[in-house]
Amino acid sequence: MLLAELATLFRRLRVKVLLGVLAAIPAALALAVYLSGGPSSGRGPTFLDQVSHNGMFAALAGLTVAIPFFLPLVVAVVSGDAIAGEANLGTLRYLLTRPSGRTRLLATKAATVAVFCLAATVAVALGGLIAGVILFPIGKVVTLSGTTISLLEGIARTFAAAGIVAASLLGLASIGLFVSTLTDAPVGAMAATAGFAVLSAVLDNVPQTRAIHPWLFTHHWLAFGDLLRSPVRWTDIVADLRLQLGYIAVFATMAWARFSTKDVLA
Amino acid sequence: MTTPALAIETSGLTKRFGDMAAVDGIDLAVPVGSVFGFLGPNGSGKTTTIRVLLGLINASEGSWQVLGRSMPDAARDVLPDVGALIEGPAFYPWLTGRQNLVRFDAAGPDAQRSTRRQRIDDALARVGLTAVANKKVRAYSFGMRQRLGLAMALLRPRQLLILDEPTNGMDPQGTREIRNLTKELAAEGATVFLSSHLLSEVEQICSHVAVMSLGKLLAQGTIAELQAAGGTKLRVETDDAALAAQILERLGLAELTVDGTTVLARLDGHRPEDCNRELVMAGVGVRSLSAIHPTLEDTFVALTGEGFDVAR
Ligand SMILES: Nc1ncnc2c1ncn2[C@@H]1O[C@H](COP(=O)(O)OP(=O)(O)O)[C@@H](O)[C@H]1O
Ligand SMILES: [Mg+2]
Repeated sequence: MLLAELATLFRRLRVKVLLGVLAAIPAALALAVYLSGGPSSGRGPTFLDQVSHNGMFAALAGLTVAIPFFLPLVVAVVSGDAIAGEANLGTLRYLLTRPSGRTRLLATKAATVAVFCLAATVAVALGGLIAGVILFPIGKVVTLSGTTISLLEGIARTFAAAGIVAASLLGLASIGLFVSTLTDAPVGAMAATAGFAVLSAVLDNVPQTRAIHPWLFTHHWLAFGDLLRSPVRWTDIVADLRLQLGYIAVFATMAWARFSTKDVLA
Repeated sequence: MTTPALAIETSGLTKRFGDMAAVDGIDLAVPVGSVFGFLGPNGSGKTTTIRVLLGLINASEGSWQVLGRSMPDAARDVLPDVGALIEGPAFYPWLTGRQNLVRFDAAGPDAQRSTRRQRIDDALARVGLTAVANKKVRAYSFGMRQRLGLAMALLRPRQLLILDEPTNGMDPQGTREIRNLTKELAAEGATVFLSSHLLSEVEQICSHVAVMSLGKLLAQGTIAELQAAGGTKLRVETDDAALAAQILERLGLAELTVDGTTVLARLDGHRPEDCNRELVMAGVGVRSLSAIHPTLEDTFVALTGEGFDVAR
């Protein structure tokens, strides 16, 4: 069932376009650096100033640029659509009478959304890597701590970073899944989910709400950069993953409580 | 396992939306092997009943069994044997007809992958969609989607088919095909539960009928039983209508109406020949006397009181 679900998702034009745009973001970034010629002033996003020395950094720069806005938007679109989209199409009633089982269907949806999160961040990493290799020299990687690691290890750490970013998005994805069980209007669920991401990011930037900053699911979204330190600094990454697990537990439970008893009228 | 006598049985089944009872304490009994017409005007609660039967919405009150098993607890075991078309077909427009069927087949608890291809081919052939199987559903006409919905209901051998207004939006040709398909399925031993707001579409193929109105089940039974319930009438043409009415009343016939030289009355089991003898012996000049059997449509209209209009 998971395979059929994934096939249904990834055959959708909307999803293909979103992944394409995600891959294009770091590519565009790399191209901009290339055309402007040489290193930037160093005031841009982390990793951006390293791109011209080593094309591999285009992938990490891409993740840094995509995480505040585009990645959450894309995750909101797919997770908000998960159940509400099926209700809107009317396919939900045929899945349930197949019967696919409500808990099983929800679990499949959750797994699919998680796979999509990974696909989204890997698309960014791949797009950046490919553009970086084409436009810039590549070679040994200088870490943020100033030490040098092999290119292979650098690439491995880049994809690990993509994995961490994907995991960072799971809290938002589970909010999206829950909202998706509340309505038959997918656009509403997407907008509400994106709204939560914006709210969390805004609160995270307001000093007055400092007390709740560690509990905001966007708070550690840039922690993946610590993977490029030597030795890797795990504190923030672990805090991030723990927080995401908390969000998943709360919202997945709420989604299940709602969906397993809901009247399916669409 | 013993075979149950009823494919669907409900007792006091009720579904309320707020204050309104969309389904109001109905006791359905659908015999195994029947082609059961579930009739009622738009808004009478047919689709709501079907949604409850299939476990899509919770009942407010009452209990129900499908294929002899208590629902919704047994949904996982029962529903694989039930094919359903609920309030029109629904598909993923960006997938082809075949991909849609694969997706739904794979979503069940009993995937049976090895036979999937063959089952899908057979179902598509059966509803006449083989030629467009690899076209995106986006490009399907409504009739084609309806056929694909039927193909989905036929993806595996079913004991029970629940078809909610399957001919809605179909042209006369498609309607005829669905009628034939229903007959075939019934001949193969499936119970077919067919809802419709159009009596004419089901009366030729149904063995049983139930009539819904405003959420209530007004009558159910075989077609013959329902017609009998509608009441055979006696019609007498005479030049002395008043006297004829008087005599018929004395005989115990009810609902007498006199219109010029015509007297109408419900027979209620009286024999027309007895009535005739009494009339003649009383000196009434009988020009003609006949028993009028109501059509199912008369019964339907009499029961629902509103013909085919939207009820609410
Ligand atoms: N989701 C809903 N909320 C409130 N009322 C509803 C809902 N769905 C159906 N109804 C009402 O329930 C009644 C029965 O509807 P339905 O079962 O669809 O009738 P039918 O299928 O016989 O045309 C109608 O009056 C309809 O307006
Ligand atoms: Mg209906």
